[in-house]
Amino acid sequence: MPTAQDMLFRTLADPTRRAIFERLCRMGGQTVAALTAEAGVSQPAVSKHLGVLKRAGLVRDRHQGRQTHYSAEVKALRPLLDWTSEMAGFWAKRIDMLEDLLKRMDQ
Amino acid sequence: MTEAAAELRTVIVEREIGYPPEKIWRALTQPHLLQEWLMQSDFAPEPDREFTFRGDWGSVQCRVVEVEPYRSLSYTWGAMGLESVVTWTLAPSPKGTHLRMEQTGFRADQQQAYQGAKFGWKRMIEKLEQVMADEESAA
Repeated sequence: MPTAQDMLFRTLADPTRRAIFERLCRMGGQTVAALTAEAGVSQPAVSKHLGVLKRAGLVRDRHQGRQTHYSAEVKALRPLLDWTSEMAGFWAKRIDMLEDLLKRMDQ
Repeated sequence: MTEAAAELRTVIVEREIGYPPEKIWRALTQPHLLQEWLMQSDFAPEPDREFTFRGDWGSVQCRVVEVEPYRSLSYTWGAMGLESVVTWTLAPSPKGTHLRMEQTGFRADQQQAYQGAKFGWKRMIEKLEQVMADEESAA
């Protein structure tokens, strides 16, 4: 669905967030502290980015004692790798808008 | 290049619309109407005419291929360094019009280049594809 793709685009448009995600892809599971050491931003900022990534389905978290380990869900990127489903979503949305316009043209 | 990679990819969207072809044709061909549902453009329904669709995210370079008033319209669609052809077909139906959009021309092996151009992180996509392939073969 185009909405899922929109969300992935928006989520990965932020360079800091993308860097965190790339790191998780490269290094596997990481704690917030380890990610903060690399990210060049504060721990609350990193946590906020992780929250956005999690809502987009791009990362999952696992609690272990007082630590939370994050890891990448690379499968969530699959919609972006499929050109045909992306364009089908684009056109379906545009044709919805065309139908709305046709209704307005009636008046 | 494998045979599968050379295959053309096609996207088809079809819709029954409760208005006659003449009215839909106006929305497909008049720039002031096109911009309401698709994008801003300097389109005119003349064969070989070159025009540009402009969106918030960038522009699409196009050229009119074929015009058959109230029946079909096709133009090339060049974006992200790749070209495809968009063909609109309008057929009268009991409800009004059967509208069909077909976009074709991308080869499967251009997929990666398209994604790379789009994100500017082609290498990462390649890595991710590898990771996904590895995960799948491990599963």
